[in-house]
This record gives sequence, structure tokens and C-alpha cells, in this order.
Amino acid sequence: MKKTIHVSNQGATLDTNRRNFLKLSGIGLAMAGLTLVGCDDNDFDYVDNNVFDLGKGDVGVLNYAYALEQLEADFYTKVVNNFYSGISANEKQILTDLYHHEVVHRDFFKAAIGGATSNVLPTLEFQYPGVDFNSKASVLATAKALEDTGVAAYNGAGRYITNAAYLVIAGKIVSVEARHAAAIRDLINPGTAAFSGDDIINANGLDLAKTPKEVVTAVGGFFKTPFTWKEQGIG
Amino acid sequence: MNILKLLDRLSDDKFFTTEASRLETLTQISSFGKKAAIAAAPLGLGALMTNSVKAQTTGIAAKSALTDALQLALTLEYLEDDYYSKGLSTAGLIPNSDKVVFQQISKHEAAHVAFLKTAITSLGEVPAAKPNFNYTVGGTLSPFSDYSQFLTLAQAFEDTGVRAYKGQAGNVMANKDILQAALQIHSVEARHASQVRRLRLKKGWIEGNDGGLPDPFNSKVYSGEDLTNQAGFNTAAAFGAAAGSAAYDEILTGDAAKAIAQMFIV
Repeated sequence: MKKTIHVSNQGATLDTNRRNFLKLSGIGLAMAGLTLVGCDDNDFDYVDNNVFDLGKGDVGVLNYAYALEQLEADFYTKVVNNFYSGISANEKQILTDLYHHEVVHRDFFKAAIGGATSNVLPTLEFQYPGVDFNSKASVLATAKALEDTGVAAYNGAGRYITNAAYLVIAGKIVSVEARHAAAIRDLINPGTAAFSGDDIINANGLDLAKTPKEVVTAVGGFFKTPFTWKEQGIG
Repeated sequence: MNILKLLDRLSDDKFFTTEASRLETLTQISSFGKKAAIAAAPLGLGALMTNSVKAQTTGIAAKSALTDALQLALTLEYLEDDYYSKGLSTAGLIPNSDKVVFQQISKHEAAHVAFLKTAITSLGEVPAAKPNFNYTVGGTLSPFSDYSQFLTLAQAFEDTGVRAYKGQAGNVMANKDILQAALQIHSVEARHASQVRRLRLKKGWIEGNDGGLPDPFNSKVYSGEDLTNQAGFNTAAAFGAAAGSAAYDEILTGDAAKAIAQMFIV
């Protein structure tokens, strides 16, 4: 029996939607049971009026991008601070480059949004249920999920951007995420069609595009700090 | 505090002032009646637009900007599709180990051609006919008998594609569905580019102007890729210029993209 007190943001903030945990791409199913138990704890929900909302219009989209870049930067920071054993020089180079790029993206958004509005997403905390940073397979699978999701997130968010300058900035970043995704996919399945595989590219030759809600479903389980984006029906 | 300050800042730096096409685009969107884009028109942009000759642009011109962008994209896709088809049908050119990569890329380029033709037709325009292509560049190249040259041009086409689609973002943003499809093609080109670069034992991303192509291709395809200032933010500060520039792909104007394609059209 759940001892739910309030459910004001259940299924709304990124941290409390248990489906997020189940749908984490690239995360071992073995962890699913464990995380579900963990999720039940989150049913002790509480009304928290201080949960950050990404905001409206372009600010919301920029904060959304900032949240995703924070996640990627945090993940690769952990990767490079503790490379899995047996890592090849090539893998080390690629993961280090990705770490650099994502940190630069993150810090760019922090500076750019902060220069324009006080509604800047705070520094978030993350969790990596089921990710084994000592395992090549686990790290690369997670990197693949994050990069593919990043690409799909930018592709899906472009339509919400009203300012052409922001759209171009997002375009400058998303193609680099796609370059990352292809390289990681090729590390996992070298010399195959996986770099732009049929699992992500459709019959029209189009990459994935995901709505913010779909992205939250895909990677929301990584976010420890809850936030909302009411304009997009998240929270 | 609001977003206007950022816009003003953006309008002050190189990012904005050197890329006039985007400003023109905005005016076209305004006349196209995109209230979202322009009703919220911020100070900096509003002022610039008022001063722009293009502020007089009609709705027809806006539609033309959209279809022009798609026609340019179609030309580039024709080029890629034709190139990979010829490469794959040339016996002994592509090593068996790499065939699966180029078959996948070729499949996507063919799909892009078909998709763009449909999109252009749906907008009431006639898709441009496929040009005749020649890849020898005045007899200086022989990509269908030299695999390293084949890879070189493949990389040039993919990286050009990424930059060219990005450069048209402003021209297609008035139509949200077209914009999204263009973004979805754009990231596929970037995946291709990464893979082809890595087949050439290069990084999948572009550090500085590093294309490793013979000139004039390298300068045409990678000019401006070494930018380390994004809207006033120094991307080289944390980890140096190589990482800072690689973290962002730059745009190519429509004219620059056309000039590259023109080298292969006879």
C-alpha cells in the first residue's frame, strides 16, 4: 500500500515517473526491478512549489537543451574520471572528446541563458541506475542512448524555437551530437550500418525526432533533481 | 530580465553581423505572417529588420525562400545519391569491408531525394531536374578508380551537406513540419559525415578547419569551421580551440553550398 501524501507532481516531474526507469534505453533490464522498488519511495510525494519550471517560449527550449547538456556533461565527466578497464586508446580519445564537447555545450547554455534571464535552470543532480562505469558495454550503451536521444530531442524541439539565431545555435550543436552518436554506434558495432542504423533512420531517410515528453520518458530516470516544463505538459 | 538582452547581445557579435542571410530570413518570416516569430520580435532584431530592404518582402517571397532552400537541398541530395550509386556500381572500387557503410548511406540519399521531391511538390512547386554530374573536376580527380579519392569527395559532400542544411534553417522555419524534416535529414548527414571521416582515420568531428582535403576543396568546404566564439561565448576557453571549434558545426550559406555543388555539375 502506498503512503502517498500528495501527488502534485507525480508523473510530472522528471524524477517521479516510474515509466522513465523502465524505458531507459541501453540500461540493463536486470536493474528494472531494483529501480522500481526505489520508485515506490517516490510515491511519498510532496508539494514542492520550488520545483524549477523551464519556462515559456524560447527560454523554455534553451533551458531544456541546457538540462540535456548538463546530463551529457555529467555522464562523460564520470566516464573520464574512471575509464573502464581495458579501454583502447581510440575509445579513450573519443570519450575524452565527447566530454570536452558536452562540457562546452553545457557551459555555453549556462552563460547564454544567464545573460538574458534570471530563469536559468540550476545545476542539476543526476543518477545512473543500472549503469556500470567499469563496463565498456554499459558505458557505450549509455553514451549511445544519450547521444541518440540528444539528436532526437533537438530535432523535435526545433519547431518550438521562434528565434532564428537560437535555431541556428541548436543546429550547430545537434549535428555534433549526431557525429558523436555515429562514432559511439560504430564503436559498439564496428564496420556495420549501425552508425545510422535502421533502428533510428526511417524509410524516408529521416532521423528520430522526439517531443520533450518523449525525451523525458527516454532519459528522465537520469535526472535526480526534478523540474517541470508546464508549457510542454511536463509537470 | 528577459530574453531580449540575449538577443541584443547576439546582434552585437560576429555571429549575427556576418550572416546576413538569417536576417533576411527573419523578415521573410514576418511577412509570411508568423506571429510567433515576429510579434515577439525583440528590440535588436526588430530594429535590424526595419532597416532592412528585405522588410518589404512579400509572402510570395517567403514561400520562395522556403522552396529555394528545398531545391538547394535537392540538388545536394541528387549529387550525393548519384555519387554513391556510381561508386557502389563500380566494380572493385569500394572494399567489401566498407560496402555496408556506403550501401546504408546511399539508401538514405536516395530516400532524401524522393522525400524532397514530394515536399517541394506539396508546396506547389516543380522539383528541379537532376543535373548531370561529373566528378573529375576538370580532369584532376578520378574518384571511381581511386578509393582514397572516393572517400575524400564523400567526406566533402557529407560535411557540405551538414553545413548547407544548417544554413537554410532560417529559410525553412516558417513551416514547422518542413523544418523538422530538414533537421531530421541534417542529423543523418552528420552521422554519415562522422562515419566517412572515421573511415579516413580522421575524427568524426571537425577540429579547426580539419578536413584533410586537397585544396580547393578543403577551403571551400571548411571555411569558417574553426569558429570558437558562439554568441559571445569563448568555446576554446575550457579545453582549447580544437575541442571548442569541434563542439559546434558552422553554417554554409546557400551561395557557398551552390558553389561547391557547381564544381561537379556539367
